[in-house]
Amino acid sequence: MIHLPLLPVLVPLVAAVLQLASHRAGIGMARAIGLAAVALTLLLAAALAWATRDGTVLAVALGDWPAPFGIPFAADGLAATMVAVTAAVALPALLAATDGTDRLGRHFHPFFQFQLAGLNGAFLTGDLFNLFVFFEVLLIASYALLAHGGGAARSRAGLHYVVLNLAGSLLFLVGLGLLYGTLGTLNIADLAERVAALPAEAVPPARAAFALLLAVFAFKAALLPLGFWLPHAYGAATAPVAALFAVLTKVGIYAILRLSTAVFPAADWTAGLLAPWLMPVALATIIAGTVGTLAARRLGVMAAHLLLLSTGMLAAAMAEGSTRMLAAMLYYLPHTTLVSAALFLLIGHIARARGEAADRIEHAPRPEGWSAIGAAWLVLAIAVTGLPPLSGFPGKVMLLSAAPATAMGAAMWVVLILSGFAGALAMARAGSVIFWERPDLPPAAPAPRPGAALALALAFVPLLVLGAAPLSAHAQAVAEQIRARQAYAAAALPVPQPPMRERRP
Amino acid sequence: MELVLATGIGGLVASGVWLLLRERAFSVVLGLAMLSYAANLFIFAGGRLSAEVPPLVLGEVAAGTMPADPLPQALVLTAIVISFGTTAFLVALALRAIGESGTDHVDGGREQER
Repeated sequence: MIHLPLLPVLVPLVAAVLQLASHRAGIGMARAIGLAAVALTLLLAAALAWATRDGTVLAVALGDWPAPFGIPFAADGLAATMVAVTAAVALPALLAATDGTDRLGRHFHPFFQFQLAGLNGAFLTGDLFNLFVFFEVLLIASYALLAHGGGAARSRAGLHYVVLNLAGSLLFLVGLGLLYGTLGTLNIADLAERVAALPAEAVPPARAAFALLLAVFAFKAALLPLGFWLPHAYGAATAPVAALFAVLTKVGIYAILRLSTAVFPAADWTAGLLAPWLMPVALATIIAGTVGTLAARRLGVMAAHLLLLSTGMLAAAMAEGSTRMLAAMLYYLPHTTLVSAALFLLIGHIARARGEAADRIEHAPRPEGWSAIGAAWLVLAIAVTGLPPLSGFPGKVMLLSAAPATAMGAAMWVVLILSGFAGALAMARAGSVIFWERPDLPPAAPAPRPGAALALALAFVPLLVLGAAPLSAHAQAVAEQIRARQAYAAAALPVPQPPMRERRP
Repeated sequence: MELVLATGIGGLVASGVWLLLRERAFSVVLGLAMLSYAANLFIFAGGRLSAEVPPLVLGEVAAGTMPADPLPQALVLTAIVISFGTTAFLVALALRAIGESGTDHVDGGREQER
């Protein structure tokens, strides 16, 4: 299957078009097409992970144009992992949306599929401008999904989100223009060749271009000075949308990781682009997420801050940058994404069961069958804060044991352990208010039964624990592969030196 | 020509940023539109400015002529389509926010509180 790297993009696109074409057939048809497409994408992601398990990089040149001129799609271990995580989050999120959330506005299902196509495309493309295009595809779908459900709060949060992201996209474009103007290419593997051969006088504009791109990716990943939009937007979204958005910040992390491993090591002058600021920014993001988690008065906002915290942890691991640390990060990434998504879905369920009180952390009439939901909260609280015995714990142990014996490593220890403690405290406090304390209030109507979506999302927690050994071995292999660089470069750019080319600048 | 283009892009960016920081949704939309023009011109300039060179070469190339770089033009075309679409969406969203909160202040009901 030579076209395997294209299929995770094409399947959601075709599904979205089918859903739009058949929207008169009713929502049942859209749900069936959507669930079938997401299940198929999950199978394709598994096939992709299987095909890349031994370090092969699958590459497709679109239209058979040779690499630096055409757009290559390349699936290495990192891209395959990200596609698999996206599909694994999308399935429970879409199932959860079929409980009626998808009826709150029009065209929920096509937007959901467009979002998936954009995410998978961003992970699989080997060209920076194509990455921009897929960013826009996923963003425009996310604008519509965020506003889905209506209401003044969502409109306002949506407006801020759209304006900020448009400004980010324009910076992205300026960075790309500058990069093309100085290096003459936007192919990621070709960039590595060109930065190595760049004459000294062209270095400052190229550095400025990379700095712009990194700022944009840091904004998408919601790292601290650029991350204040996230709790605001994610706290306002409906539960299935927020669950899917748990993958969205990882796109920024992925893009920084791809640039910093595939391009930057090729030349010495890229050295100061990430190293001096990424670690302090990441630690500050963790601290801001922790404070926000403690201060949140709604569960949705709390989960959004926990997501911010986990993004900070991933960025800290990336900033340290040793192969061992990258392996720890690649182990922690699927765990934190899946658990955050499950937490958003559970909060959506809690908010619906409590009716009037929604997800505010305060006393409210307790529906019958509340203890099962409370148990689910307990499990996710343990998983999301990285306490033993669940999957967050080995991830944190890997991160901490890979930390170097320097001042930065020590700072990482302190921040990670304190943030875990504060997160556990906040989750316990919210849980005890909502599930444990028994106020003198009349009992409420029975809670709706937790659906298949919640069960599926929760099933990832034991799966991640049981699969810890193979998953960490896989993370180690992927980290070594992206560190080695040659495999990706050879697949995405089969001919290193094209015969005729204009000299730049 | 370089000076004119650079000044133009700079002017567009300055006005765009100024409008973007205003509190009315309408000015913000205009600011983003100006910024997107600036970004598009900037990409276009990334392909080098040249006059009277062939955009497309069929057959033999005479020695010493360098055809215009077609890639920035393709990139700009894509960028124009995307920014046009997103701006249209932003306008629709801003109109809905006005319908729901009764003001085009970017923070919604701030106006009534004052």
